[in-house]
Amino acid sequence: MPTKVEKDLYTGQATTGHEWDGIRELNTPLPRWWLWVLYATIAWSVVYFILYPAIPGLSGYTKGVLGYSSRVEIGQKIAAAKAAQGKYLDGIRTSSLADIRKDDRLLRFALAGGKAAFADNCAPCHAVGGTGNPGGYPSLADDDWLWGGGLEEIHETILFGVRNEDDDARTSEMPAFGGEEEDATLTPEQIADVAEFVLSLGKRSTDAAAAARGAPLYKEHCATCHGAAGKGDRDQGAPRLADAIWLRDGSKDGIVAQIAKPTMGAMPAWRTRLDAETIKMLAVYVHALGGGE
Amino acid sequence: MSPDGSGTAQEFGDAADVLSVREQKADARARAAGDARPPGLYARRVQVYPRKVSGRFRRIKWAALVALLGLYYVLPWVRWDRGPGAPDQAVLVDLNHERGYFFFIEIWPQEVYYLTGILVLAAVGLFLATSLAGRVWCGYACPQTVWTDLFMWVERQIEGDRGARIRLDKQKWSAGKAARKAAKHGAWLAIAFLTGGAWIMYFADAPTVVGDFFTGAASQTIYFFVGLFTATTYLLAGMAREQVCTFMCPWPRFQAAMLDEDSLVVTYNRFRGEPRGPHRKGQAWGDTGHCIDCKQCVAVCPTGIDIRDGLQLECIGCGLCVDSCNDIMAKVGLPPSLIAFDTERRMAQRSAKQPLTYRLIRPRTVLYFFLMLGVAGLMVFALATRDDQGINVLHDRTLFVQMSSGAIQNSYDLKVLNKARTTRNFDLTVEGLPGAQIVLVGRSTRPAAHVIVSAPPDGLGEYRLHVRAPAASVTAPETKIRFVVTSAEGGKTVRETTFRGPKPDSR
Repeated sequence: MPTKVEKDLYTGQATTGHEWDGIRELNTPLPRWWLWVLYATIAWSVVYFILYPAIPGLSGYTKGVLGYSSRVEIGQKIAAAKAAQGKYLDGIRTSSLADIRKDDRLLRFALAGGKAAFADNCAPCHAVGGTGNPGGYPSLADDDWLWGGGLEEIHETILFGVRNEDDDARTSEMPAFGGEEEDATLTPEQIADVAEFVLSLGKRSTDAAAAARGAPLYKEHCATCHGAAGKGDRDQGAPRLADAIWLRDGSKDGIVAQIAKPTMGAMPAWRTRLDAETIKMLAVYVHALGGGE
Repeated sequence: MSPDGSGTAQEFGDAADVLSVREQKADARARAAGDARPPGLYARRVQVYPRKVSGRFRRIKWAALVALLGLYYVLPWVRWDRGPGAPDQAVLVDLNHERGYFFFIEIWPQEVYYLTGILVLAAVGLFLATSLAGRVWCGYACPQTVWTDLFMWVERQIEGDRGARIRLDKQKWSAGKAARKAAKHGAWLAIAFLTGGAWIMYFADAPTVVGDFFTGAASQTIYFFVGLFTATTYLLAGMAREQVCTFMCPWPRFQAAMLDEDSLVVTYNRFRGEPRGPHRKGQAWGDTGHCIDCKQCVAVCPTGIDIRDGLQLECIGCGLCVDSCNDIMAKVGLPPSLIAFDTERRMAQRSAKQPLTYRLIRPRTVLYFFLMLGVAGLMVFALATRDDQGINVLHDRTLFVQMSSGAIQNSYDLKVLNKARTTRNFDLTVEGLPGAQIVLVGRSTRPAAHVIVSAPPDGLGEYRLHVRAPAASVTAPETKIRFVVTSAEGGKTVRETTFRGPKPDSR
């Protein structure tokens, strides 16, 4: 408060006594109604105190006469959302996978539901978008399928999983061809020759002689599962060897390592973890990632 | 300040009591100056009691009021047939279904830029009107003015004219006063409710929403907004009035930038009026000016200013003071237009007895006019060339996938917009990448150069698709490709997007 009230020359209005570059601020009184608005907001806050949870205590808080709770509200909203999904989930339950794909509304619902379920359950191994991860987690977005890329085949793989304790799980095992000298099926030189032959299946071989030496060995030990031309066998989950896609290291060293001491992936059976509708939606979603057949 | 009361001014009412808001505030300060205490933190509002007036500008103001309120209340009831399945209300903003309708125009949410165009047009129109004729918008067309005018009319019917209202407010509370006040506020609330109610009709089918409203079937949102607009109309037009114009509205602050010496503004002919002073009928005009200081211009002013102080922020340019002054001039036998809509240039010329000139064509009016013309032209062009189909494409988060054949595949989410009233099929193809083919999820698993997509009437067709291209044609990490949809009628829409592939050295 300035000691002396200063008056503006032109309006006769008192100033605040503050001055900036010769400009002084008029001390214009606030409109009275402005004060009333302040009082009205205070009164309004009292109404809130009464109606809604407000004042915290040592062991709880005032609950308010409306009995409102944001936790209850979110519960109701989730229940309402579930109910709204009901007719779509019924459609998913009663339709075959192929019919779901033909129905635009069910397809969109399945793609959205599948996307959410995939992110929660599948993405840690298969990556967001199903592009796979190095080290034997296959890409689901390409057209190279180990156990089949049709809707039903994908559905079955998700239901029962691969190489797990489920009785219906997809199972196969590639024998180890290397090992201690006396036990080994193939010597390291033979393994290298087979690897060179495998490279030649994808037209990547640089040593024709080694590949030629590996050809009979391949025919004897590998062709039963991987096929004479390296086309693979989906019944056994035997990968194609003649294409550009490699589940693991596709270099010669990588192939040698796999022949000598194979590693094989496993996947849990999802039928014990997810409901039937979610698994159907997942199948449709994975099928739509890029390589469905 | 006050005339001696012996003059003709007495014939015309209560000149001594008529003080502008400015004078009343100055009086209050003068009284406080004698007081040793510091000035108060809060001040009561200076109430304005505008007197009834009749004349040319009042008639124009009534006509504008009737026309604008009529438009506001009638427009939602105008019907416009759009065929089955579509609303038949001519003007409707359907927020639930994300569509805006204006007669033959239908706007989708992504076309709200038309609204921007209308707002730009309105702004430039306001500039043009202001540079030509001052704040005519404020005085005649602004909703704040129109509703305040209506509320003042109601007030006058119930509480009487200026003098009666001042007396009523000074009276002690009595049954009669309470009844009048209750009647006034009741009528105001009724009008405010009708205002808020009509506003809602622009956002929902008018007949339906009126029925729902009174049977309790309307949504909470509707009740809330009716309540909100009832409350704001009541407060702004009934209580706040000229304070909205002087304290809340930004327009008075920068209107001066639109005005020049050739803009028509409400002006007092100072050279003719001064020196002002009371005048007795039949008295010679001698050395006094034509202003008899009757203060009727102040008494009728809805914002409580004295126009003789010159052009000021509070003046809304309604011209009611012109009407009241002309009335007085006729009574004292003088020519009209002591206060008039006139330009500063003509005012100066009048006082210098020079020939009067008026320039309509000035750089600013020309600029505003052509700006308006340009924006309007752009909008008409955009509207006329508007397509009834469209596509939106969104690339997957996954950049690309290599297929077993070595081919590169990218995945997209595609939306086909169909603004027609029938389900339509479109041919979809992709250009810019030799050998690229499309796999449409849900339709086929085999790639094809052309696929058929469809969209429901006035709706979206949503698809997920893969574009697969031979490795040889993907030569860069990013290739621009174009999705092309073609309707059966031959309408073609193109959307450019990116096709991603491996870096050339990583193969």
